[in-house]
Amino acid sequence: MSEPDRPSVVGQHRAVGLVIDAVLCAVSLMMLLPLVFLISNAFKTPPELLAWPPTIIPHQPTLDNIVSVLRETPLFRWIGNSLIFATLSTASIVSTSAIAGYVLGKFDLPGVPVIFGIIIATAVVPFEVYMIPLYLNVQSAGLLNTWPGLLVGYLIMSFGIFLVRQYVMTSIPDELLEAARVDGAGEGWIFLRIVLPLMRGPLGALAVLAFFQAWTAFAWPLVVMTNKETYTLEVGLALFQTGFTVDIGRLSAAAALALVPSALFFSLMRRNFVRGVAASGLKE
Amino acid sequence: MRTTPKWLFPVLALLPVLGLYGCVRVYPIIETLRLSLFQWNIISRRKPFVGFANFIELASDSLFLEAIFNTTIIAFSVVAITIPVALALATLINSRQGLRRSGIYEASVFLPHVVSLVPAAMAWKWIFDARLGPLNALIGLVGIPAQSWLFDPILSLVCLIVLCSWQAIGYAVLIFLVGLKNVPDALYEAARLDGASSLQAFRYIAVPLLKPVMLYVSVITLISSYNIYAQAFVLASDVQGAPGHLVRVLVLDMLENSFRNYRVGYAAAEAVVLLVIVLILTGAQFRLFRDRSRA
Repeated sequence: MSEPDRPSVVGQHRAVGLVIDAVLCAVSLMMLLPLVFLISNAFKTPPELLAWPPTIIPHQPTLDNIVSVLRETPLFRWIGNSLIFATLSTASIVSTSAIAGYVLGKFDLPGVPVIFGIIIATAVVPFEVYMIPLYLNVQSAGLLNTWPGLLVGYLIMSFGIFLVRQYVMTSIPDELLEAARVDGAGEGWIFLRIVLPLMRGPLGALAVLAFFQAWTAFAWPLVVMTNKETYTLEVGLALFQTGFTVDIGRLSAAAALALVPSALFFSLMRRNFVRGVAASGLKE
Repeated sequence: MRTTPKWLFPVLALLPVLGLYGCVRVYPIIETLRLSLFQWNIISRRKPFVGFANFIELASDSLFLEAIFNTTIIAFSVVAITIPVALALATLINSRQGLRRSGIYEASVFLPHVVSLVPAAMAWKWIFDARLGPLNALIGLVGIPAQSWLFDPILSLVCLIVLCSWQAIGYAVLIFLVGLKNVPDALYEAARLDGASSLQAFRYIAVPLLKPVMLYVSVITLISSYNIYAQAFVLASDVQGAPGHLVRVLVLDMLENSFRNYRVGYAAAEAVVLLVIVLILTGAQFRLFRDRSRA
């Protein structure tokens, strides 16, 4: 591009850019508006909730909704339950994926292709397909309403094993492992001290995905955890909103308290949501 | 230490994971397939083998047919809305790349995707609310009479489609952005030198190169829409105790048969139908992929 752009072309470009910005601003606003209203409704008095047009910044902000939600429901307890559930599930998924992905990617054992084939084949099966037998097992083991019972559905992730294996095969050189072996390092030490630190990137992405998956789980916690005290956040909110005496203000307060921190966290981590896709070779 | 055989570590490391995998994944899947051939109502000790009788009954079960019809409509509508909108948005955002604004656009479009399902559904429930919702007030301004969005069988489907698309768009945009960044600049450069407009460049360069990504996102969106449950549970469940119209989706029908009617074998047969649908969609994706790479 040696020839300088003529002024009219530059002006045209700028105008197009402005139009694009305007469209994108409008779309962004529309996407956010339901959430903005949800949060603002949480602080509105009953008369203002009925007002038209709906206000975005409440005229007389009130904390009544939030106070009353916190008095009526163990909301913090539910948040705590969800946090514990998601953390344990993430820990399990990350560690099982790391070890299985590494072994399947770097060791020539007979049967590895078969095992990996089974993992890939079951990866496409949605959780809803096998949750009923899983539930019956949990029930007969007497684990309903317990942490182990809840976790059973979220201990492993086929995609995680796949992701780690892919990474190990392409990004961790055999020579590195061989060199460590020649130096007399044990296999366990090699995995913990050499391989694991190298996998921080994909494991971080996997952790965000696993945490998100458990945090937003619904059907499974709904059937396994049936005490008000053991609900996860999603289930607690869903059942709270079917109550008889609940108004929009308090519903919004509960929902807003529940979603603001997690939504901000996950949207900051949004790169992790596509890293897996990039790793699965779709980017070409 | 020196004498430990080479296979010891991988076998010891892999066995617990595989054992776990078998217990919580492989076994329940097989069990679903097996149960679908039996008639069993949890409580009874009798569990007679009925062959494909459950599937034959499903074929004329009006509730199940309604569920599969609704779910299919929702899934394909969500894809039909999500893919073009997300592609357009991703292209626009990509054209503003490098500006700080583009990160803000990207984040705001993505945010609905990471809002947990229940609070998001609650936000939309208010918007659609017949008495208090802004949607009715809005259409009232242009003279359209108020609708009972969540109680009408067709309109409540529309509401679910809107909610699910709103959530699906962010993810699709994010993946399209990755795809668009991988289109070599040289191609656009060449097109510009040949006098192509940016619209033409988009149509003849970006779209064909993005096809595999579009296919992938379409299938992911379809499969996840076939599994929707929480959204239907919240959006169309009883409104403040009043008997709401329930949008019957596949998973809801399945859970109802299993946990309310105690027909486990029958519910397992529904799960198998869901599995078959997912397998067909996945197979179609692989098929189309292969055709493309051969062409």
